[in-house]
Amino acid sequence: MNRRNIFARVLFFYVDGFRNLSGWGKKLWIIILLKGIVIFVLMKLLFFPNVLNQNYDTDAERSNHVLETLTKSK
Amino acid sequence: MDIDMSLVDWSRAQFALTAMYHWIFVPLTLGMTFMIAIMETIYVRTGKEEWKRITKFWGKLFGINFAIGVATGIILEFEFGTNWSNYSWFVGDIFGAPLAIEGIMAFFMESTFIAIMFFGWNKVSKKFHLTSTWLVAIGANLSALWILVANAWMQSPVGTVFNPDMARNEMVNFWEVLFSPVAINKFLHTISNGYVVSAIFIIGVSAWFLLKKRNIVFAKKSILVAATFGLVTSIFLALTGDGSAYEVAQKQPMKLAAMEGLYDGKTEAGLVVVGALTPGKEAGDDKDAYIFKIEVPKMLSWLGYRSGDAFVPGVNDLVYGNEEQGLISAEEKIERGKVAVQTLTEYKTAKDEGDMETLAQLSPLFDRETSEGQEFYENYFRYFGYGYLNAPGDIIPNVPMVFYSFHIMVGLGFFFILFFFLVLWFTVKNKIDSKKWLLRLSLLTMPLAFIASQAGWIVAEVGRQPWVIQDLMPTVAAVTRLDASAVQLTFVLFAIIFTTLLVAEISIMVKAIKTGPKENEGGK
Repeated sequence: MNRRNIFARVLFFYVDGFRNLSGWGKKLWIIILLKGIVIFVLMKLLFFPNVLNQNYDTDAERSNHVLETLTKSK
Repeated sequence: MDIDMSLVDWSRAQFALTAMYHWIFVPLTLGMTFMIAIMETIYVRTGKEEWKRITKFWGKLFGINFAIGVATGIILEFEFGTNWSNYSWFVGDIFGAPLAIEGIMAFFMESTFIAIMFFGWNKVSKKFHLTSTWLVAIGANLSALWILVANAWMQSPVGTVFNPDMARNEMVNFWEVLFSPVAINKFLHTISNGYVVSAIFIIGVSAWFLLKKRNIVFAKKSILVAATFGLVTSIFLALTGDGSAYEVAQKQPMKLAAMEGLYDGKTEAGLVVVGALTPGKEAGDDKDAYIFKIEVPKMLSWLGYRSGDAFVPGVNDLVYGNEEQGLISAEEKIERGKVAVQTLTEYKTAKDEGDMETLAQLSPLFDRETSEGQEFYENYFRYFGYGYLNAPGDIIPNVPMVFYSFHIMVGLGFFFILFFFLVLWFTVKNKIDSKKWLLRLSLLTMPLAFIASQAGWIVAEVGRQPWVIQDLMPTVAAVTRLDASAVQLTFVLFAIIFTTLLVAEISIMVKAIKTGPKENEGGK
């Protein structure tokens, strides 16, 4: 058995599994997909930027900002 | 520290909301997988189709819970980057490394073994399928390990040094972080809690079938597995709770004082079994701490210090100090913390101005390999976080919330042991279906399991306030300076999203339960 056959069989396993999903299985996948879109697209992009990564380009700048916050606002 | 406290409160509320909703789904994932693996093992060993039917039904409920709950934890990581950016930077790779391992492990586990668990019936061999089911159970629990290791480090920071140039804690001993006594106890206590919640869930659902006089054999066999698993793990839960309380006494004495509502420390301290706190009680006032209490003599001293005669410090001892017991006051710690913060400020100023002479003087203070550094750490830097507090009273958490949560958790924990024993006893005696009161109690116990589980996290997290990292970083210093109204908006958004998910979970699950195990499912 060559490597290609193994990959093809694994792929077929997944394809066949999704193709034969039961009614409740399909419903759950719709929920997972909708939730993924809400969490990873809507929430992450609109509401949850990584503040330090967004505002500073280098680790040196990020650490300087945190040090400023920790030492100037005591 | 000058900061908008409504921002701190809303940021905390948002994180608490996310974590608590996330924790509704996680315990079932942790525990159901093991019981499903046990059921499938019985199927493979006996070859009886009934056990395959049982395995597939609980696998279906596990699948529903997994699908609804998956990725809800990722929002906590988003919040670290947005709402807690100072904290995220300060903890450095302590959080990064365990969470990266968790992410990789979860991805591989979820994309491979869960797929085999659900798609693989009759497509892979029985033994390979069973192995996959066990690996899902083990993988889910190992996945939890890394999160809990990171959380344990916040309760008891070990295995790291502070780098003043980067304002980060850097891991110097991975094994010390991984095997810290706090981490081990936290992991074992948390996963065993998941096992107990799951066992109660399976018993509760099975009890419903028995009350409806449906799927009797299926329900009795499910109860037998769940009650046995539940009894063993609930006793283990109590033992790990004892270990956790010991660690709290050593590392977070204020949390222990709050858990017991103990204001004035004493030797031969008793453990409150049932009690009510006096409303409005403050540290240092003359009011009696309790309206009433029933306690086990010497038990708290034994629990915290393994000696019935040991002194257990109270809130007042920790706030005002107790010379006789060698406890320094919070005021003194705040002074020392301010010295540590001031030294860091001078270090940064010297670095910014290129003042090499001052840098050369201050650098050894942040190096614990040097005698100066060790002395500076012991006397000042270990109190770094106190430098951001305004008053000694700031070190006191919400005592009533911690006290009642702790007693609800412990009380229910012991009730669960009795519950599992009764259910197992009547199941073995083949009388469970005639004990209507116990079946109804099983239904009522289901929400109690979740309440106890959430109460445990309230004790752990509210009890450690004001710290996000014990003694090193208070919550006020950890939070990102955002507009409080923006945090309020996301709080409401989360409340809507999570409530929708919870309603979806309950409705889909109730529908699946009402449908019940399919008669021909075992043979498929």
